[in-house]
Amino acid sequence: MAWLPREKYLLPGNAACAGCGVALAEKIVLKALGKKTIMTIPASCSSVIQGPFPKSAVKVPLLNIAFAAAAAAASGIRAALEKQGKEDVNVLVWAGDGGTYDIGIQALSGAAERRTNIIYVCANNQMYSNTGIQRSGATPYGAWTTTTWTGKKEPPKNMPLIMAAHGIPYVATACVAYPKDLFDKVKKAASMPGTKYIDILCPCPVGWRFPSDMTVEVGRLAVQTGAWVLFEVENGVFKLSPPSKPLLNKSKRKPLKEYLRAQGRFRTMSDEEIEAEQRRLDEWWETIKKFEEIGRIF
Amino acid sequence: MPEWIVTTGNFAAAYAAKAAEVDVVAAYPITPQTRIVEKIAEFVEKGEMKAKFIRVESEHSAMAVCIGAAAAGARAFTATSSHGLALMHEMVVWAALGRLPIVMAVVNRAMAPGWNIWADHNDTIAQRDTGWIQFYARSNQEVHDTILQAYKICESEDVLLPAMVCLDGFILSHTSQPVEVLSEDDVRDYLGRYEPKHCLLDPENPKTYGNIVFPEDYIKFRHQMQQAMQRAKEIIEKVDEEFGKKFGEIHSHGGLLDPYRCEDAEIIATAMGTMASELEEAVDHLRKDGIKAGSISIRTFRPFPEEELRSLCENAKAVVVFDRNISCGLSGASYSEIRSALYDMPNRPAVVGFLAGIGGCDVTWRHLYEAIKKVALAERPPSGKVFWVGV
Repeated sequence: MAWLPREKYLLPGNAACAGCGVALAEKIVLKALGKKTIMTIPASCSSVIQGPFPKSAVKVPLLNIAFAAAAAAASGIRAALEKQGKEDVNVLVWAGDGGTYDIGIQALSGAAERRTNIIYVCANNQMYSNTGIQRSGATPYGAWTTTTWTGKKEPPKNMPLIMAAHGIPYVATACVAYPKDLFDKVKKAASMPGTKYIDILCPCPVGWRFPSDMTVEVGRLAVQTGAWVLFEVENGVFKLSPPSKPLLNKSKRKPLKEYLRAQGRFRTMSDEEIEAEQRRLDEWWETIKKFEEIGRIF
Repeated sequence: MPEWIVTTGNFAAAYAAKAAEVDVVAAYPITPQTRIVEKIAEFVEKGEMKAKFIRVESEHSAMAVCIGAAAAGARAFTATSSHGLALMHEMVVWAALGRLPIVMAVVNRAMAPGWNIWADHNDTIAQRDTGWIQFYARSNQEVHDTILQAYKICESEDVLLPAMVCLDGFILSHTSQPVEVLSEDDVRDYLGRYEPKHCLLDPENPKTYGNIVFPEDYIKFRHQMQQAMQRAKEIIEKVDEEFGKKFGEIHSHGGLLDPYRCEDAEIIATAMGTMASELEEAVDHLRKDGIKAGSISIRTFRPFPEEELRSLCENAKAVVVFDRNISCGLSGASYSEIRSALYDMPNRPAVVGFLAGIGGCDVTWRHLYEAIKKVALAERPPSGKVFWVGV
């Protein structure tokens, strides 16, 4: 990690839980963007991680905003900066998956359709974790949450592809277990005009039910099993990222079961259900293969 | 140079936003407000207005854009009506607690179901407790001037609160009247640029805005808001007076409230918005009948002009309150406020309420005249009673 800039923008002493994937991602993303960044955060774990008034663990200007409103608030910040002739400032939305896939999707879709010059990061831990682990539109099939006691019955929506369908210049997925890949994607996003969307898988020890020193391992398993696919859609061109590309060869993918059984949240899934999920995942990878072959998703 | 034109309330609002040289406008269409933002879009696309105009996908986002923009140091404007305001509510609260001096024109319209696009104050009354200053206008001139005054008031260091300027749907929004429109050059020196001392979104001086705040600090923020609202009373009066001096008497509208023939009045009627100008007509007719009547336009519902009302009503035997809204289960909203404000008077007058014009029902001076006359001629005015007009 010696390649990471030394300057910290999410300071030590913040209020994140031990092993928090979101805080780790926030550290890396802010290091990539640097000082000239204005951030807005809707209701999420990150509302808490920053710490309470009158202190703050975030060293860039930060506007907290209501759950559904982050992308719109970012539009306002960008408009003000444009009016003031300040062109060298990144405007960053830092939202959770609830604030992105569910309640914030309208404002995000609107901002993307208006081609607003912002970087929108979904720090995705696949549930409403700040309110105590409830299912979201990003929660995977079979996952236990406090609103899906017997496991979620529906697969998640594919938000990165929804964003790609907006025709914005840059959509990427990332995982906090692959910090260099994440850092480079943020740097690339910052170099482009228009709306950029990065969906970062951030394992959560508390909600996913695994020991807090296993965040990186669980994140790696998510990618190595192919359950979370790392890719970019840059100006419409689809490209698998290096950690995921070899997985086009099915034999390179670890069994999904290894990822699911590393977490307590899938404990209600039977072996048969896991096998069915494995088949669904393999089918999805056939689609990904086509994306990769033709270089586009549409 | 100020210019006389014949224009609608909606356009009078748009001309005000233009004259205020707002930096960012964000808005969503809704009848009867739409013509405000259409006109602003026209100004912006013709290059007559240098604002960034964000054509958002909802009113919730319209206010969120204004919040982001104002927090980053921009003068922001939006406009809405009825359901748009209701959808926006969460961000309306956010703007006030964020102490951001955003100005919004609200074209008053009834709430559904059933769909009703006509004038009714229940949309803005429902926003009473959000911490916004609320102005109710009687004329297109008042709409125009109040939006400009609102920026001066809201951006004052002593206030730093947002304001909504309310105009009755269709009655003002779509009706043309002569308006002396002020231009950018006229108001620039007076309004100044919006240069917030508290702009927090500055990378050179990073601050966190709106993080978790524990109860013992939260209550202090609320206390400060209340103090700001109280200070706003004086500033509203002062700015309205200065406006009249600077631009001519027609640009001054009474400050917190505007009394008419109240000096020797034994019976005083009150209303907000256009009903208040009909009241003046009714008062003239009552005077012809030998009834010593007066009227008051309640121009600011928040901050509520309690003391000013008490001093105007000192010698009145009865106060008749007309509301174009109903807080179901009690009365019209201004009725309960006025009754409460007058309670501590040594010789408090009878306070009688009328609900009129709800859902856009037409209210002419004649309706008001008859209602007031009934109270005036009663042996004992039915204090504490609320009556419906048109039911």
